[in-house]
Amino acid sequence: MGLMKRFIGFIKKEFYHIFRDKRSLFILFGMPIAQIMLFGFAVTNEINNVDIAILDHSKDVTTKEIINKISASKYFSVSNYIRNEAEIETAFKKGKIKAVLVFEKDFSKKIGKENIATIQVIADATDPNTANTISNYTSAILQKYQQEINTTIKIPYQIIPKTRMVYNPELKSVFMFVPGVMTIILMLVSAMMTSISITREKELGTMEILLVSPLKPSQVIVGKVVPYIFLSIINAVIIVLLSIFVFKMPIQGSLILLGIESILFIITSLSLGILISTISASQQTAMMISLMALMLPTILLSGFIFPITSMPVVLQVISNIIPAKWFIIILKGIMLKGVGLSFVWKETLILVIMTLFFIGLSIKKYKIRLE
Amino acid sequence: MKEEAVIQVENLTKKFGDFTAVNAISFEVKKGEIFGFLGANGAGKTTAMKMLIGIYKPTSGNAQVASFNVYKNPNEIKKNIGYMSQKFALYDDLTVKENITFFGGIYGLSRSQIKEKTAQLIEELNLQETVNQLVGTLPLGWKQKISFSVALLHNPKIVFLDEPTSGVDPITRRQFWEMIYETANNGTTIFVTTHYMDEAEYCDRVSIMVNGNIEALDTPKKLKKQFNVVTMNDVFLKLARSPSLTLPFGKGVKND
Repeated sequence: MGLMKRFIGFIKKEFYHIFRDKRSLFILFGMPIAQIMLFGFAVTNEINNVDIAILDHSKDVTTKEIINKISASKYFSVSNYIRNEAEIETAFKKGKIKAVLVFEKDFSKKIGKENIATIQVIADATDPNTANTISNYTSAILQKYQQEINTTIKIPYQIIPKTRMVYNPELKSVFMFVPGVMTIILMLVSAMMTSISITREKELGTMEILLVSPLKPSQVIVGKVVPYIFLSIINAVIIVLLSIFVFKMPIQGSLILLGIESILFIITSLSLGILISTISASQQTAMMISLMALMLPTILLSGFIFPITSMPVVLQVISNIIPAKWFIIILKGIMLKGVGLSFVWKETLILVIMTLFFIGLSIKKYKIRLE
Repeated sequence: MKEEAVIQVENLTKKFGDFTAVNAISFEVKKGEIFGFLGANGAGKTTAMKMLIGIYKPTSGNAQVASFNVYKNPNEIKKNIGYMSQKFALYDDLTVKENITFFGGIYGLSRSQIKEKTAQLIEELNLQETVNQLVGTLPLGWKQKISFSVALLHNPKIVFLDEPTSGVDPITRRQFWEMIYETANNGTTIFVTTHYMDEAEYCDRVSIMVNGNIEALDTPKKLKKQFNVVTMNDVFLKLARSPSLTLPFGKGVKND
């Protein structure tokens, strides 16, 4: 009972530290929300008010209507009407427009007679993603227009699957980012924040006082780590909620499994944080090691941004020792594919072994320091 | 000397690789004594003290602190000693009261004991106005006094003070020594390291460490007589300058 009370006192003190320091508060709660929003909204293929030019060879009722539809959408604004093919390149070179829509001659007539008319979409592919999205969005608008004018006539089948594809790329990128962002955030909060908070006690000299007290070193470390487990879980919940409610990302698999795997990864990261704190004497060192030796490889080699399969073999091998790689595989499996433990047990086991290894190493390092 | 010894040290040694930081030192400290542990930077006094308070494991030799063995019962020792480091380590982002509650808590004091102690400290140190202020906003002298009181919260038998007056002004130092005297009068043993030689004069007995060895140990009065000098400062200088004993790292004595 006395032990429990001491422990609660310790946790309380740890929360005072966290809530009285604006910087840690920002890293703890501002960063996850900012990052997920950033990846969700800014780093997607969604387009907004893109400037386009129109080259209309027919200038009839149908083309007018289509142009109106396009400029009325929030995705495009028609900024330029050009007269012939020669002006297309000049228009692009000025740099403002991202695409040119070319309507062929006798557009309305052709639709009436042959049921087919062509619009050419010329997109600026210096930014391939945007170019792709522009072409997809244009098709979507045209598709909708077709449906409106042909309410009685059956629409050709081959176009319909195309419209389904249109909105997927935009959403898909968010879906792919969520597991990565969640991994980075949990790593950041758990590993960096704990290593900083432990080295801070060393720097201030309070660690010495704690070690001279009847508290065992392991109790001190557990006391320092538990609040961060708690905060990391809250962060994981925030990220999942944002994904579900803001980005409408369905979680396919079991939420319980997702929770358990997340806690496992949080503990992996915490054990890394403890390891970092045993080898660094100051907060600055702890932060540098966390950023350079943990965050950077995690971002670059975990498959979060760059697919591992397209890396050079050496990096592919190295990526195996990055805990985040395995967690991202687990997350994608549970979140996107809806798989159960039977599909991710191998990755889970790897994380468990890594965690035990890091904890063992920290204890060894710590003992050497004392003796 | 029939008085009770609360610290007994025999041939205590600490080696870091090839370097012998503390070389087979032996001494005793009696109950209620103010024991000054002197030495230049790097002479080994901090290492020796860290073995006694259970932060370092000795390489060889033996020591009993508060009648517990440093090898067998380090945890019993920890319950019976107080420790104040030269950094006056309190939490700057906690209030005075929260610091007292926290440190009282980790020493296993009950809520009512903590309440009682807090009230007592507020009274003794005139903390009425400052008890709910963050420690970081207080002047160094205040931190030092509070830090000392916090080290005494659990009524330890011995309190270890590691350069407790470094960086504070002479008046505050004087006041602080009054607190030390009072504590010693109440039967608590004081083990204090310092490099202020005038403070050495206040101690009941003084040991001087040079290069990992205790080169002198006696009352300030007898030491001055033995070395035939007027002040403790001169005793120290004589020892430190003795040709056979060169200080490591070429560091001299900080005595201002």
